[in-house]
Amino acid sequence: MYRSQQLALKYLTAAIALFGVMIIAGLLSACYYVHPDLLFGILHFNIAKILHIDTMIIWLLMGFMGAIYWFLPGEFGRELAGIKAAEILFYVFCVAVAVVAVVFIFVQYGGSDEAALWLINQGRKYVEAPRWAAISVVVVMAVFAYNVLGTAYAARKITGVTAVLMVDLIPLLALYLIAFPAISNMSVDLFWWWWLVHLWVEATWEVLIGCIMALTLMQLLGTSRRIVETWLYIEVALVLGTGILGLGHHYFWIGTPSYWLAIGGFFSALEPLPLLGMVVHAIYDAGTHRMKTTNQPAFYWMLAEAFGNFLGAGVWGFMITLPQINLYAHGTQWTVSHGHFAFWGAYACGVLSVVYLVLQKTRGLTHVDGALWKWSFAALNLGIVGMVGGLLVSGVAQAFVERAIGGSTHAAFIAGQENQWFVEGMVTRLVFGFVFAAGYVVLVWDMVTLGKRLPVPAKLQAAE
Amino acid sequence: MFDDPAFWRAGAISTVAVMVGVLIMLTVDSLAVISPGGAHVPPYTVINQHIDYKFDTKRGNDVPVIAGSEPLFGRAVDESAAEALIDKGKLVIQSRACINCHTFFGNGAYYGPDLTKAWIDPDWDTWQAITGTSTREDAMVSFLIDPERYRTWTRTMPNLRLTREEAEATVAYLKWMAAIDTNGFPPNFGRMGPKR
Repeated sequence: MYRSQQLALKYLTAAIALFGVMIIAGLLSACYYVHPDLLFGILHFNIAKILHIDTMIIWLLMGFMGAIYWFLPGEFGRELAGIKAAEILFYVFCVAVAVVAVVFIFVQYGGSDEAALWLINQGRKYVEAPRWAAISVVVVMAVFAYNVLGTAYAARKITGVTAVLMVDLIPLLALYLIAFPAISNMSVDLFWWWWLVHLWVEATWEVLIGCIMALTLMQLLGTSRRIVETWLYIEVALVLGTGILGLGHHYFWIGTPSYWLAIGGFFSALEPLPLLGMVVHAIYDAGTHRMKTTNQPAFYWMLAEAFGNFLGAGVWGFMITLPQINLYAHGTQWTVSHGHFAFWGAYACGVLSVVYLVLQKTRGLTHVDGALWKWSFAALNLGIVGMVGGLLVSGVAQAFVERAIGGSTHAAFIAGQENQWFVEGMVTRLVFGFVFAAGYVVLVWDMVTLGKRLPVPAKLQAAE
Repeated sequence: MFDDPAFWRAGAISTVAVMVGVLIMLTVDSLAVISPGGAHVPPYTVINQHIDYKFDTKRGNDVPVIAGSEPLFGRAVDESAAEALIDKGKLVIQSRACINCHTFFGNGAYYGPDLTKAWIDPDWDTWQAITGTSTREDAMVSFLIDPERYRTWTRTMPNLRLTREEAEATVAYLKWMAAIDTNGFPPNFGRMGPKR
């Protein structure tokens, strides 16, 4: 095994661990809606929320990096350039994440000065990590980019997938630099912030997971490189062709010109197209192989990725993306419903597919199957669908009561939050959150023990 | 031709190039509109004026209406003092992670109310009575300095250790933000719905 593949194992392990932290923080955040006085004076909603969304970003990012570190030696036929620096920076990354979490929990916030932004909390959604930690993320990402580019140069070899990956790394790194400035003008601040959030999540990350799924398909199903790369180019054209100006659906209400209503509405309405393409691709490949594979969980998580991406990001996103609807749905739990479904379908399922693929290789298993992965697959997907459903009911109630009928004042906000449908939706979300958490526990147990559990007949023989 | 990956690669490159080019052009135009004093964002000295939010029949949505003198805290401020207040207000908002409970222009977290038009929220009339203050801005400052004391709902805003100076800067920020033209978001603000 290459050193970069050993590093991949570390990244994927850290990713799965942070996935658990994200779930705990998410459950806590959900609890506040049901018990508002929970931990009052100790840990408030905003800190739990920060931990939830930041660990989500980090575990997925670590999952992507782990996947790339795993696949690249195979693509280039050699060890990655700069692997020593990457190994060191993995620990730097982990320590930075741990220190930031401790500071968030125990310090929470400082005074209204630049020092607080450098050391404690930047207070910008998704990029709350203080600047010192954000710098460490930049360094990690820069070395990651060097690993890919330097190896391609050293190997004098570029495949279609790695070419797309290399080009994608440039905006991935450059856009993160938007995490630093504290612009006083909220309109300008949010304008650039959406470049980071949207163009990461709905553009560069989509391309990145497209590359990872392409590499996964070749290993998992033996799909030909020609087919995979053709699909990847089509997906890149459609994802970026619709997603770059689809950015406009975040520019409806932040003070930006009204032409964004038309541009954002039109292009974001087209954004489900590439996701539908991925579903077609997945069905085509699955049908070609008659649903047969040596790694059942990796295969089904890959299918879940394709369908979840289309439903969560595509269909759920389309529901609220037209400005006529977004005027009422924006900033409600409807958005949260879309966010949960989209991140799960678009990215989380893909990372889990890669983890199972890697486990098969590292543990030398000829066949991966069993009952545990099915239980975790069912509980996690049931949990997310239940949460998404509950949030959708709450969000629709909020859109009607607070926005459409209430006029969005403070009193209207409270009326919306106290609406029976809203309350029931939030309780439903919490209940299914626990189902999701149970699925995570089974998932981890399956991953830890995969290939180490004796099949039942073997156990009986051993007992005899 | 269609089964040749090179064809699709060329399509992907040209599509991305065109879209990035269009985005850059729109960005240049948008930044001019949202700069202070631009078509949609007022200068920071707007905090010296009265701000309202009314339906514009021509545009078909709600728009901020800025008219008449109404200095914040009864003190008119010049451009640099107004800018200093707004800078400070933004630092308060970021350092206290306000956006992880509230939304600004509908962006953020959804545990607390949206603050886009908080300045003109009719509820501040109630808070004036609760806090024993005579103006909206004084009621807001009293609340921000000690929100736990003026608890009115099951969800309580925690005390974020704001000084009076920080609270005043936050109020200035919210007043300036209420004057931004947001294409009608949120709709019908203050004209419909429950009153307390």
